[in-house]
Amino acid sequence: MGRRRSFADLSYALVVGGLALLAVVIIVSPVVIVLMTSFTEGRSLKFPPQGFSLQWYEQLFDPVRSRPIHRAVANSLEVAAWSTALGVLLGAMAALGLTRNRHAAARVADSVFMSPLVLPGLTFGLAALMYFTLIGFRPSLNLIVAGHMIVTVPFILRTTTASLSQLDPALLDSSRSLGASWFYTMRRVVLPLILPGIAAGAFLSFMASLDNVPVSLFLSTARTDMLPIRMWGMMESTLDPRIAAVSGVLIAAAFLLMLVMEWTVGLTRRMRD
Amino acid sequence: MRWRPAEWQLALPLGLAFASLFAAPLLLLVGVSFFNDERITQPGFGQWIKFFGDPFHYKVIADTLLLGAKAVFATVVIGYPLALVFIDLPSRLQRVLLFVIVMPLLLSVVVRTFAWIVVLGREGVVNQLLIGLGVISEPLRLLQTELGLVISLTQIEMPLMLLPLISVMSRLDPNLRDASASLGASRWRTLFTVIVPLSMPGLIAGCLLVFASATTAFISQTVIGGVRLIYLPLLIWQQSLVVFNWPFAAVASLSLLISVLSVIAALSFLGRRSSGNLHG
Repeated sequence: MGRRRSFADLSYALVVGGLALLAVVIIVSPVVIVLMTSFTEGRSLKFPPQGFSLQWYEQLFDPVRSRPIHRAVANSLEVAAWSTALGVLLGAMAALGLTRNRHAAARVADSVFMSPLVLPGLTFGLAALMYFTLIGFRPSLNLIVAGHMIVTVPFILRTTTASLSQLDPALLDSSRSLGASWFYTMRRVVLPLILPGIAAGAFLSFMASLDNVPVSLFLSTARTDMLPIRMWGMMESTLDPRIAAVSGVLIAAAFLLMLVMEWTVGLTRRMRD
Repeated sequence: MRWRPAEWQLALPLGLAFASLFAAPLLLLVGVSFFNDERITQPGFGQWIKFFGDPFHYKVIADTLLLGAKAVFATVVIGYPLALVFIDLPSRLQRVLLFVIVMPLLLSVVVRTFAWIVVLGREGVVNQLLIGLGVISEPLRLLQTELGLVISLTQIEMPLMLLPLISVMSRLDPNLRDASASLGASRWRTLFTVIVPLSMPGLIAGCLLVFASATTAFISQTVIGGVRLIYLPLLIWQQSLVVFNWPFAAVASLSLLISVLSVIAALSFLGRRSSGNLHG
């Protein structure tokens, strides 16, 4: 009996531990491999990379040879900044309005606002393209901002709602009973306490906008090219090794930003809850 | 000034934005699908009949849903054990592992897809390794196969499976496992009779997100899958931005919407039932 149980425990440790290890390898290795490949001396994306050079990074940062990439990066950053700013404004207000509301309509509104997370992005992208074209808008960065705001606002709503639901309602009552107006309570009590939640949501929304494919695919044009769409083009036509350099820059940026967010607002904890 | 807005009114601006920029375009999409011609002048069911009259499109829908199912299966098989290991780790290691899990999520999908080209290509890591070990003499074709696509999607969608799973599992009472063990259950039996049922809501939330994301992963599907593996997103893109047949593209994207949402609705129904069993 004792022997049988220890066999079961051993097989459990082997199977579960082995699969978990496989999962970690699958999650981590592609990122490490791309990072290493981007420093290759060779002209192809072989692994292990031959030698060490910064040639692809030099080409990538060359303002003349990589102008379209630079413009796409600038467009993507601008759109991400605007759509996140709008999303924070509208999303945080909506979270304040809906979190404590027990009315059925509030729950419906909440699930509508979260629905872009599961709705196929391409369906919305195509719908937005038809809509803006048929009501006579010309393609512009503003339209992309609007589209991105809709699909990234769920991140802001989710983290803000999580912060709000941990807020002690007694704080609001005591603030009011001490004579503070609603705006004063919001500004001096509620906002400072939920700010880390809003910041985490804003960060996720910004990253999601930078990475958005379905909306940008339909709403961007040659003039308003966006980074993921340009990279997709680079991968589809010729396998341009500069993509490895772009990837290297994006990996480094994501890593640094995540460290900063982890130290300031505890990002991973907020995403988990 | 003591004016105080009714709290729900704070949701109005976002509500208006969703009405004009989300609901209206989707309604218009439905409207456009009921036009016969590409110039959107003759109303009719022509495009629906054209889409569903062709058995090829049934295969595309089935392939798309199957791709999602395979990605869900693969992420559960290796993601669930990782979540099990996660809850037993000391909290410092948990933070490191969580960082590793979340990091790819913040990395562009294009970069993650590109990484798999480097790994799975003819001169990629897998082929070099297998040739070096003498397992094969000719490089395997992994890109432009469904196997390669499923492997890539497993990594690309993994965080979406792990985050809800870990969130639910770390709230499980550790005493339950100890109680099960002290009553003589093996770890396997504890896993399947105690942990799995209790973590169902997280598992289902993860399946839902991975499924929705894998079936619509346009970049990975086109870059890793290539043009010979046709899924609905590629069809929608071709019909709308290459052929410019908007009514047909509308029918295709509504088919994607309906088929994905019905699977999701079924999953979340199961999810509600399983969490109802636990608390009710």
